[in-house]
Amino acid sequence: MTLTQRIITIALCALGTMATRFLPFLLFSSRRPTPRYIQYLGRVLPGAIFGMLVIYCLRNVDLMAGSHGLPEAIAIAVVAALHLWKGQMLLSIAGGTICYMLLVQIVF
Amino acid sequence: MYSHGKITAAMKAAFPYTIPIFAGFWFLGITYGVYMQVSGFSFWYPMLMSLTIFGGSLEFVAVSMLLSAFAPVQTLVVALMLQARHLFYGIAMLDKFKGTGWKKVYLIFGMCDESFSINCSAEIPTGIDRGWFMFFVTLFNQIYWVTGATLGGLLGALIPFNTEGLDFAMTAMFVVIFLDQWRKEKGHAASLIGLGASLVCLLIFGADNFLLPAMACILAFLTLLRRHAGEEGN
Repeated sequence: MTLTQRIITIALCALGTMATRFLPFLLFSSRRPTPRYIQYLGRVLPGAIFGMLVIYCLRNVDLMAGSHGLPEAIAIAVVAALHLWKGQMLLSIAGGTICYMLLVQIVF
Repeated sequence: MYSHGKITAAMKAAFPYTIPIFAGFWFLGITYGVYMQVSGFSFWYPMLMSLTIFGGSLEFVAVSMLLSAFAPVQTLVVALMLQARHLFYGIAMLDKFKGTGWKKVYLIFGMCDESFSINCSAEIPTGIDRGWFMFFVTLFNQIYWVTGATLGGLLGALIPFNTEGLDFAMTAMFVVIFLDQWRKEKGHAASLIGLGASLVCLLIFGADNFLLPAMACILAFLTLLRRHAGEEGN
């Protein structure tokens, strides 16, 4: 690739990303009332998205090989337990991450 | 009043929420910068790409696109498909970004998975300006990502200590946000649909192709749920 082609490739990646980020705001401007179906989606989507993002983070875990997803399962249990117990976001995240690092570096 | 105090207060309120992202983004950003360096690119590439694209997964894919033959149409299609989940984020933030003035453009520009999740779920303390809070969450996260990617591109593989597993901070954060959402919501249908549809699609379509079918399933189920439950399907 020439430098120009590289710049175009990078620009297209940025353009594709920005299209997906800006499109809803361009389609449903704040001047006109948002359709009720879209309002409904806006209310229920966050829960569904967070579920999707948890799975997205775990997409490369192979249950059939390696450590069979055990470090991930244990660390997520630690995160959940800490969070339900203390309810402090940073503590839950730090505890789970340290647990995971120990597991993948030493145990598995 | 448009005072410094208001801005500083929002900055201080926003910062703690971004600490896990700092860990995750530096780890992933440095990894990305190193990856670009060993692929033969100078640090300008990860720096400018993390600044303009600001979407981790696509930036990794872009490295292999830059190393193969020039294919502009394919590049754009891959970018749109990989980033399609942002359409959901935008719909969810239509109301929350209202009334944020000029900051709205930057809030949308910088709406990566992590900034979206914090801005969508954080309970902003009363007295803190929402617009500035979300602005600083987005700005801090982007600074972490760009500095990480640039450092990786400069230092290469000279990172001294064993950081394996540090990126789990991001998974842990999404688990925490999911749990918070779970405790906040009245019915759990939407959360279960998101979790279940994504899991089933991951098993069927595999890690590289499951997001689009998962999004389609989520939309279909949420639409059915609305019909079933009348207007309030929450």
